[in-house]
Amino acid sequence: MRRFLSKWAVVGLTVAMLAACGDQKTNQGTETEGGEASSDGGTPKYAMVFKNTGNPYGEKMMDGFQEAIEEVGGEVILRAPDQPTAEGQIQIIEQLITQQVDAIAIAANDQDALEPVLKKAMDQGIKILSVDSAVNANSRLVHVNQADPERIGRSQIEAVSEMINGEGQIAVLSATSQATNQNLWIEWMKKELEEPGYENIELVKVAYGDDLRDKSVSETEALLKSYPDLKAIVAPTTVGIAAAGKVITDKGLNGKVIVTGLGLPSEMASYIESGVSPAMFLWNPIDVGYGAGIASYALVQEEITGKVGESFEAGRLGEKEVVEDGDGTQIMLGDPFRFDAENIDEWKDVY
Amino acid sequence: MEQRVVNQNEYVQRTLTNKQEFSLKKFFLQWEWLLILVFLLVLAINTHLSPYFLNGAGLRDATMIFLDKAFIVFPMVMIMILRDIDISVGSTVALSSVVMATLYNNLGVPMEAAIIICLLVGALCGLINGLLIIKFKELSAVIVTLGTMILYRGLAYVILEDQASGNFPEWFSFFGWGHVAGIPFILLVFVLFAIGFTLLLHKTTFGRQIFAMGNNPTASRFSGVQVDKIKIIVFVLAGLMAAITAIFLASRMGSTRPNIATNYELDVIAMVALGGISTAGGKGRMLGAIIAIFIIGYLQYGLGLINIASQTMLVIIGILLIVSVVIPKLNLKGIFSRFVKKRNTN
Repeated sequence: MRRFLSKWAVVGLTVAMLAACGDQKTNQGTETEGGEASSDGGTPKYAMVFKNTGNPYGEKMMDGFQEAIEEVGGEVILRAPDQPTAEGQIQIIEQLITQQVDAIAIAANDQDALEPVLKKAMDQGIKILSVDSAVNANSRLVHVNQADPERIGRSQIEAVSEMINGEGQIAVLSATSQATNQNLWIEWMKKELEEPGYENIELVKVAYGDDLRDKSVSETEALLKSYPDLKAIVAPTTVGIAAAGKVITDKGLNGKVIVTGLGLPSEMASYIESGVSPAMFLWNPIDVGYGAGIASYALVQEEITGKVGESFEAGRLGEKEVVEDGDGTQIMLGDPFRFDAENIDEWKDVY
Repeated sequence: MEQRVVNQNEYVQRTLTNKQEFSLKKFFLQWEWLLILVFLLVLAINTHLSPYFLNGAGLRDATMIFLDKAFIVFPMVMIMILRDIDISVGSTVALSSVVMATLYNNLGVPMEAAIIICLLVGALCGLINGLLIIKFKELSAVIVTLGTMILYRGLAYVILEDQASGNFPEWFSFFGWGHVAGIPFILLVFVLFAIGFTLLLHKTTFGRQIFAMGNNPTASRFSGVQVDKIKIIVFVLAGLMAAITAIFLASRMGSTRPNIATNYELDVIAMVALGGISTAGGKGRMLGAIIAIFIIGYLQYGLGLINIASQTMLVIIGILLIVSVVIPKLNLKGIFSRFVKKRNTN
């Protein structure tokens, strides 16, 4: 009797549990439908798949995506696997295909592993774009890139010039000497330095810290020794900028040598507050998500198809153009975001 | 005097009938019936919640996706009947697939040979687990396989660092995506293994010995069961099936990387526990675990179709597991009668 009772209790509880899920679904449904016409297939469905759950950077990006879709009208589906793996994303994409979504924007955990499932989705007419972390050119129509390399390079020189009042020696602390991203940005930095207004700034050296913390620290120390009059270090890499910030702080050079570049707000907050790094840059994840949302809409409306030379109106980000990127195409999102003493508090816990 | 004789007769009768009688009540009280009921419920509720659930192609493809880890469930049932556990299987998947990809891509080994070596690596991982467990009996299987879980995953990272390795030949994608007469290839392989392992566990001497060991290891040792040998075979099977998972997974993704199959061991153990295999050993049936695979698989798929967040999904599956494991242990009749007594005294 005891076993009999207990087994039926299991059934009862399971039913109750699944019924509870049902309630949750109806809540969600009303929330996402918004003020749109109908949910009988008339409303387009836009999905974003991020790398994993519980990632503050990803949450911000999904917020931006949702904002964009609410602006253009449509149902938003935000998904992420609980582990940052490609197999988790494959499972989610299969479910999205079955739901017949109109577009999927994905921040990929693996560049190539999603190719079969994304191709399958594209065969069924779903518009695929990658965002932040690209998939290979065969498995997407277009990639939404965080920021334009030209603006990343130029903004850092503009900022450093302002910090040292347009005069003095500066050095660059990069990642590895083969890093394509960093090399491209440094090219743009050099071009910006050729512009009028920077005559009194001298770029003395490009050092390579290989994105290793200890090597970046020793390269910074070497720069300080070789160039005693150095005014600023520009590190267009999150590892480099944090290492440089630490060395300057430890050596008590705060105020003599300033640090700027690309860094994570969470890692750089203390240096920004102490003034070692008055300002630094990174892209704003909300804008990245927003751009991806508008691009999804443009693809679904067939305003763009992902070919070089097309352009579309990306809401508050202004007009955006589809440009070449290796074998595929991409959309660049304007200026990198500037973090300084005024806004670092609201960002340091975000990512 | 007379009474005692009667009692004796009763006793004899009872032992005889217990052995032979087919009890209808007992038959329907089996855990598997309950699982089938839960399975039907999951189907019914999913159909109710999502208009997309009852879609042949969708269901077929979802089955393809969740079956990859199901291969490890078969040997895990045996391991848990033996009162052991193996939490290194996810890492074994990663290591064997990484070795396969590296051999093919960097060392020019033909793909066919690389697949065979992948199976051997999986079996070797299982063998190491088995040997450590029988040699160091004072260590529990959790600790031993925790060690090898970290070790195998670490080795995979040493070989491939944080890179992916792919570019497999075209035909290799058949494992993960191929169909035979409209049925996914992986499903056919799964059915074959399901039949094979069910027969192995329930219809062979080997299987009976596993149950004997799970019920009483000491007694089975003294009855001449080669307990060490059986343990090693079972752990090698777990490694081997992990390697099979590795092949299907690598084929599905067209590449592999050291972090694949993260947490697969937990999913597998959850399926086995839901399948009614007692962690105390000696009890359980292959059929239960097989139904549990489909319950969890379709539950996840259905929740995915209504876009429930991954965290919520984990919570729901966690609750299902806890409920199914804990409730049968509760003394419901005791609680019930106490409740009734209380009401009567009031």
